[in-house]
Amino acid sequence: MKLVSAVIKPFKLDDVREALSEIGVRGITVTEVKGFGRQKGHTELYRGAEYVVDFLPKIKLEVAIDTDLLDQVIETLCKAAGTGKIGDGKIFVTPLENVVRIRTGETGVDAI
Amino acid sequence: MKRSIKWLPLLGLLPGLVLADELNSGDTAWMLTSTALVLFMTIPGLSLFYAGMVRAKNALSVMMQCFAITALVTIIWTVYGYSLAFSDGGSMNAFVGGVSNFLFANVTVDSLSGTIPETVFAMFQLTFAIITPALIVGAFAERMKFSAMLWFTAIWVTLVYFPVAHWVWGGGWLGEDGALDFAGGTVVHINAGIAGLVAALVLGKRKGFPTTAMPPHSLMLTLVGASMLWVGWFGFNAGSELAADGVSGMAMFVTQIATAAAALTWTFAEWARHGRPSALGIASGAVAGLVAITPAAGFVGPGGAIVIGIASGLGCFWGATTLKKKMGYDDSLDCFGVHGIGGIIGALLTGVFVSESLGGSGLAEGVTMAGQLWVQSYAVIATIVYGAIVTFVILKVLDAIIGLRVDEDQETEGLDVALHGERGYTL
Repeated sequence: MKLVSAVIKPFKLDDVREALSEIGVRGITVTEVKGFGRQKGHTELYRGAEYVVDFLPKIKLEVAIDTDLLDQVIETLCKAAGTGKIGDGKIFVTPLENVVRIRTGETGVDAI
Repeated sequence: MKRSIKWLPLLGLLPGLVLADELNSGDTAWMLTSTALVLFMTIPGLSLFYAGMVRAKNALSVMMQCFAITALVTIIWTVYGYSLAFSDGGSMNAFVGGVSNFLFANVTVDSLSGTIPETVFAMFQLTFAIITPALIVGAFAERMKFSAMLWFTAIWVTLVYFPVAHWVWGGGWLGEDGALDFAGGTVVHINAGIAGLVAALVLGKRKGFPTTAMPPHSLMLTLVGASMLWVGWFGFNAGSELAADGVSGMAMFVTQIATAAAALTWTFAEWARHGRPSALGIASGAVAGLVAITPAAGFVGPGGAIVIGIASGLGCFWGATTLKKKMGYDDSLDCFGVHGIGGIIGALLTGVFVSESLGGSGLAEGVTMAGQLWVQSYAVIATIVYGAIVTFVILKVLDAIIGLRVDEDQETEGLDVALHGERGYTL
């Protein structure tokens, strides 16, 4: 099993959610985060006082998947979350040791 | 206050005496309304305007300060403030009023002040006495101890506001000398602006200023507050006629014009200088116009109002941005930049645009524009010098006795939690 985390542009979340759902990934955790990579921030001005805002709002999503699905998930994420412009984000793949469904106690792939 | 009200408080000594001035219910109805409008300017107008501009961790403390000032000044006014500002001070009358109206001793339900009940006049004036110290909050926001703020407010209104109000409106020397201040350019705005500047300098900069980013946490609140100030100011300016008549109508109108002119001026100035017009800018511009038209409202015409608005828009834009940056003081919410500078511009231009040839209500008999400008100038200077010195002394003494500023940890944590044990937002 793999834990796939992706940092994406916030307005892309709906597209990504739909695209993942279509390939069978129905569970997803989303957090609002801030960050930057190569995308520059912007300046804000309040009564002549200028502030440089480096951190940009992003969405981080995490999905637990069966390893078999990995390539498909990566391809789907890239397609749904990409705009072609700097700041599209990154995908991080980490090995997932175990998953447990709290309600039933199921473990492993059955719990995904 | 354009009308000479020097003798009117003495009417309280003669209950039931019918003079040429009788109760006019139209005037009274308007003044009751104006009073409510001006109180609304402080709570919540100014409160929101300021609260939106500070960081979220201090938002509640601003609301608390304004609310507390409202309550505190009300009691002080009742006990001795009204008397010191508006009663006859005998041999000291040029400088301050007397004790005859302590606890409103000589005011009854039937007492009149012109064509309105004296209680209404006193209440209207109270709302001015409230908003003036509340304006100063803008200078020391985010770092002053609540206890020190209460002491400062109580002592400052006693030693600065009541005397200066007396000088200009209560029968004191400036009013007698013919200084024109319709609704409080000197008494309210220059007073608050100078006190604010002194407070900003004495308290010192906020931790991290100016390198740490401290953007406004909610410009939505600030814009709502600014809107309330604009509307409420009709009570402030048009109400200062103390009647519902042509002058109050014109005062309301020129208030609108100057405010609009200033709002646009600041917006365009910012657009030109920084590339984009901002909401904070247009709101600040509007307030700058409101401040500058305050001393002029009953004396100038529409044309004069446009000029006053443009001048204040530019002057306060410069004061709140360039001047502050250059001089380095942390006048957090531009108390001096907007109220101080706007008040000075308005007070001086009043002397110009009162002239009938420029659309105003006309210079007094035998007074030239140069002569009026001279009076306006020394009224401004006297207010500045007296206010600055007394404010400085009050702050220094308070600092020595109880300390003015919160400690570093409290400042970092935020005043809402540190001083009031509450959060403005529990999200």
